[in-house]
Amino acid sequence: MKKNIAGLLCGILFGLGLSVSHMSNPNKVLAFLDIAGQWDPSLLFVMLGAILTLRVAQQFILKRPQPLYDSQFHIPSSNTIDRRLILGATLFGLGWGLVGFCPGSVLAALSDGKIESFLFTAALCASMMLFRRINKR
Amino acid sequence: MENFTPYSAFLGGCLIGLSAAVLMLFYGRIAGISGILAHVLNNGQDKSQWRWFFLAGLIGGSLCFNAFFQTTPADYSRSTVLIIISGFLVGIGTRLGSGCTSGHAVCGLARLSKRSFIATLIFMSVALFTVYVTQHIVGIGK
Repeated sequence: MKKNIAGLLCGILFGLGLSVSHMSNPNKVLAFLDIAGQWDPSLLFVMLGAILTLRVAQQFILKRPQPLYDSQFHIPSSNTIDRRLILGATLFGLGWGLVGFCPGSVLAALSDGKIESFLFTAALCASMMLFRRINKR
Repeated sequence: MENFTPYSAFLGGCLIGLSAAVLMLFYGRIAGISGILAHVLNNGQDKSQWRWFFLAGLIGGSLCFNAFFQTTPADYSRSTVLIIISGFLVGIGTRLGSGCTSGHAVCGLARLSKRSFIATLIFMSVALFTVYVTQHIVGIGK
């Protein structure tokens, strides 16, 4: 139980970050993606803040022999650019551009209590479970 | 650029980066939301309960923000069909491509991963193109 508190804290920080930056609002995301319209570069600043913070912090964290609650780090190390990556990123980009929700932002948007975020979350979860079944065969 | 909010965007980004850093420090894993969500959906009974706590915290964190700071509720609406199609594309796409905005565009770019760089480039380009078509050519979406 004690080992889950850090997970809760991380989630709270993540949710606050998405809300503070208004990334939980899909219109804010579409305004970034709409370079031919009233372009709003805010999302770029979100990425910048997140990448810089993590980049600096992980210089110290990865010097440790192991994380606090695990025997080793599980950092993806693959550099393979395959068809799965390309097709997956393409489908994700298409879905993201259609509405403006990504997996993190839609979970934060649940707190707005709007039907859109609940429907999207349901479709997201269903497709992930479906993918797992197809992929297993 | 009248809606540009650089300060709150940067601050929010720093909180997301801090979250990913704390996650790495404690659990040694990257903060990819699609990966965490897929894991709890497909291996819900395993001992990695922290993922459930993370997701609950994410929703709780934004609930707290709304309760204390949100003066006007977010105003957007989408058609049901569009939402469902988009949700399926995002779910399948992030599983096939092993990551979303958080896993590839934040955590991956922060460790200068070539794979994440390519993924981010592709999904950003496709999303930009999609928005161009939906907002300026066929007029669906917002």
